[in-house]
Amino acid sequence: MQEIKRKYVVPGDRIIDGNFRPLSNVTKSGNSIFATRIGIAEATRDGIKVIPLSGVYIPRVNDIVIGKIIDHSSLSWQVDISSCFSAHLPAQDVFGRDFSPARDDMNKQLAIGDLVTARIMAFDRTRDPMLTIQDKDLGRIPRGEFLKISATRVPRLIGKRGSMIQTIEQATQTRILIGQNGIVVVTGRNAEGTQLAIRAIRMVEEEAHTSNLTQRIKTLLNVPEPQSTETLLEAAESEGQKLNSIPDTEEQVQEELGKGDKE
Amino acid sequence: MVQTRNLIDEQGLRTDGRTMDELRNVKIQVGIVKNADGSAYIEFGKNRIIAAVYGPREVHPKHMAQPDRCVLRCRYHMSPFSTDTRKNPAPSRREVEISKVMREALEPALMLEDYPRAAIDVFVEVLQADGGSRCAGITAASVALADAGINMRDIVSACAAGKVDGKIVLDINDVEDKEGSADMPLAYLPHLERVTLLQLDGILNQEEFNECLDKALQGCRMIYEIQRKALIQKYFGDEQELKEES
Repeated sequence: MQEIKRKYVVPGDRIIDGNFRPLSNVTKSGNSIFATRIGIAEATRDGIKVIPLSGVYIPRVNDIVIGKIIDHSSLSWQVDISSCFSAHLPAQDVFGRDFSPARDDMNKQLAIGDLVTARIMAFDRTRDPMLTIQDKDLGRIPRGEFLKISATRVPRLIGKRGSMIQTIEQATQTRILIGQNGIVVVTGRNAEGTQLAIRAIRMVEEEAHTSNLTQRIKTLLNVPEPQSTETLLEAAESEGQKLNSIPDTEEQVQEELGKGDKE
Repeated sequence: MVQTRNLIDEQGLRTDGRTMDELRNVKIQVGIVKNADGSAYIEFGKNRIIAAVYGPREVHPKHMAQPDRCVLRCRYHMSPFSTDTRKNPAPSRREVEISKVMREALEPALMLEDYPRAAIDVFVEVLQADGGSRCAGITAASVALADAGINMRDIVSACAAGKVDGKIVLDINDVEDKEGSADMPLAYLPHLERVTLLQLDGILNQEEFNECLDKALQGCRMIYEIQRKALIQKYFGDEQELKEES
């Protein structure tokens, strides 16, 4: 397959001619593929897509999102997930199948104003998204600093295999919950760490598309830059940390700070 | 209409010194209304116009929601201080008309089926008017829609041409609009090569109409370049081409 360089596009730009498969944020017309949003056009083995740089969050099934309870009816809570649709969380999901509005008080579980981490269980063109909190690490968020970033920057904030968010968490001793809808909750043991983490997240949001961002974030967080790979390993071991993959870090931090969730 | 002065002098220059095919100075800035999902500010000659887009978002009142597509709502409004005599803030018939034609000009470019049961609100506020504000408003609204990340088939560019002193000129300003003999605003999708707005105020014969149409299309293409540059400037800075990240 012919390789194209990744390039900047605005809506209506012709990306490529030929029989390629259109993926997301592109449209095929005749023999050409056109972009439908501002972003970076990319060709992969599966087809052509545009990585968008702006836009509100559009819900997808199985996304983990952070939402705020804004209302409840007798059978469900209405949750603001910062999208063009307001989601709902059925009371049966929280209380179990034998929920009865007369007997069970919904406010005891989730009050208006609470933040919850939830998974989108169902969503299609005909109805609003339905949420569930029955999986591991989902549920009410008891405390933390709340901030909102653009949903299109979330992949950059997480980084390749969680590298960016891990860097920030380790350097600032915080726990960061990220929802695919762009809501971020930061919990930390001290205020400076939390504030520094928030600054780093804002910086990632503003400069997501630029190069060398990881380096600049590390400078901001005062992460020491190793001279060579050996030095990196030595430094880590001598400080008693482990250079490890995501699961170990999760356990460590969960012990210290309690319940949390990543994506 | 009695013409009180020459709009084109002996050297072929117009009242503001432009030639017959010359566009006024156009500057566009993207993302200036922080609360909006997308926004743009345009200076089109002496026109100063802000466009803000909110959406897609929930429709209120709920009964206006369409089950299979998004509703597009446009509001064109002139501030009381936008013209030399105070304009009454209540929407006039002209503003209601322009709101309608603006919506019809923008709708074909948007992929509204992607956002069922939602609404997109476009607000265009004219801070200073000097002829051609509906074209400038559509141009700014289109940039604001792209800034908001709404799926679009193409960007809409709009420009007017008209007849002044018997000659066809591009981009009518306020004086030429009031004292000329025809004004033809046009909105165009440059890649798809489709016209989405065509109005005529005045009298043109067939030949003049064809010439006016060609001139207006040329103007739209020039404006598209400016819109594109403004969007790239906001999102990608001064890099015109992507550099690979190491």
